[in-house]
Amino acid sequence: MEAGSALFKNLVRLGDDHLILGHRLSEWCGHAPMLEEDLAMPNIALDLIGQARALYAYAGEIEGNGRCEDQIAYLRLERDYSNLLMCERPNGDFAHTMLRQLFFAAFMEAFWKNATSSDDEMIAGIAGKAVKETRYHIRHAGEWVIRLGDGTQESAERIGAALEQLTPYVPELFESDEITKINAESNILPNPASLKDPFLGTLRPIFIEAFLELPDINAGQSGGRQGRHTEDMGHLLAELQYMQRAYPGMTW
Amino acid sequence: MVTSAINPQHEAAQHKAWVAAASVLDPEVPAVTVADLGILRSVEIDQKGQAIAKVTPTYSGCPAVLSIELAIEAALLDAGFEAKIERVISPAWTTDWITEEGREKLRAYGIAPPIDGTNSKMALFGETIVACPQCGSEETQKISEFGSTACKAQYQCKSCAEPFDYFKCI
Repeated sequence: MEAGSALFKNLVRLGDDHLILGHRLSEWCGHAPMLEEDLAMPNIALDLIGQARALYAYAGEIEGNGRCEDQIAYLRLERDYSNLLMCERPNGDFAHTMLRQLFFAAFMEAFWKNATSSDDEMIAGIAGKAVKETRYHIRHAGEWVIRLGDGTQESAERIGAALEQLTPYVPELFESDEITKINAESNILPNPASLKDPFLGTLRPIFIEAFLELPDINAGQSGGRQGRHTEDMGHLLAELQYMQRAYPGMTW
Repeated sequence: MVTSAINPQHEAAQHKAWVAAASVLDPEVPAVTVADLGILRSVEIDQKGQAIAKVTPTYSGCPAVLSIELAIEAALLDAGFEAKIERVISPAWTTDWITEEGREKLRAYGIAPPIDGTNSKMALFGETIVACPQCGSEETQKISEFGSTACKAQYQCKSCAEPFDYFKCI
């Protein structure tokens, strides 16, 4: 595979993770259990969608066919999205949403931290901004996971159930293939498989306080990177792409 | 800047362009300018006389970025320059770039300016001591990590009971 193509595909994967998870979080707007969370979740969603924009815009530049960030974000079919399955899973309850956010943020913090020393200046720039934002996400989600795990019987049951449901989707974070290998070898983007230790290092103190067991991160559900999605993805896209399908080519 | 030393006209134009661009107010916090916040990184006049303003976003997802860029472009056009805006993301914007003057203006506007050292991911449940911008009391509490815009958190003063925004550190 040619280097430019590997970089384009890797950027789209990352952009898809951020766009799709940002969309899921935005679904909480107006439905959160309290006003503060009604502010927090769309705020985090905004960070993620901002990061997705930067990734897609750069992907379009690398591709060189004149596609802008919106075209990449909205004008593709389901099989062309290569996000992690975790990001597209329905929100479930608040515990499920917070634990998913903690998993994603703990992974991305390690990823961005490593990418700040990328040989690609643009990626180092995007990572420099994103790593700081991601630390807020870890704090927010981490505090909630502890409160829920160390809270009432019901909250502990709910966070426990969330862990059970999300565990199969954690190993996909670390999936490596030819695309990630090419970018890691040229010091453009980190190899996801190399981020297991910092990921667990972030989770460990939080999980201890929350009375949770760390999940198995070595074998789980796979397919998102190849465009094989869960049933929920089509429903998500129907909403995400509604404007472009109803009014093709519309702009603001 | 080398050219400015040998060409006073160029220096005067550059200064005029900076003053014009630096006067633009932040749309979300209209008490401070884009220069106070450190969003406007530089304004330079190139060889064709065009003013090139370098602008950096605060947060990746800040919805005000485009409106800020357009406002700076308009201010430069008004001052008689051909203008071009360049968005720079590296080095990443930090609250350390908010000027002393900017911090004072924020406080006077009712927003507590950022305090260093709150950006550690390990500081779970860490409470930063933020002084109330109204009465100056340090008896305050965090209500919400996230506030009315991406860059702010919500606090409340226990002494005067006033809720206020805190410009969080990043």
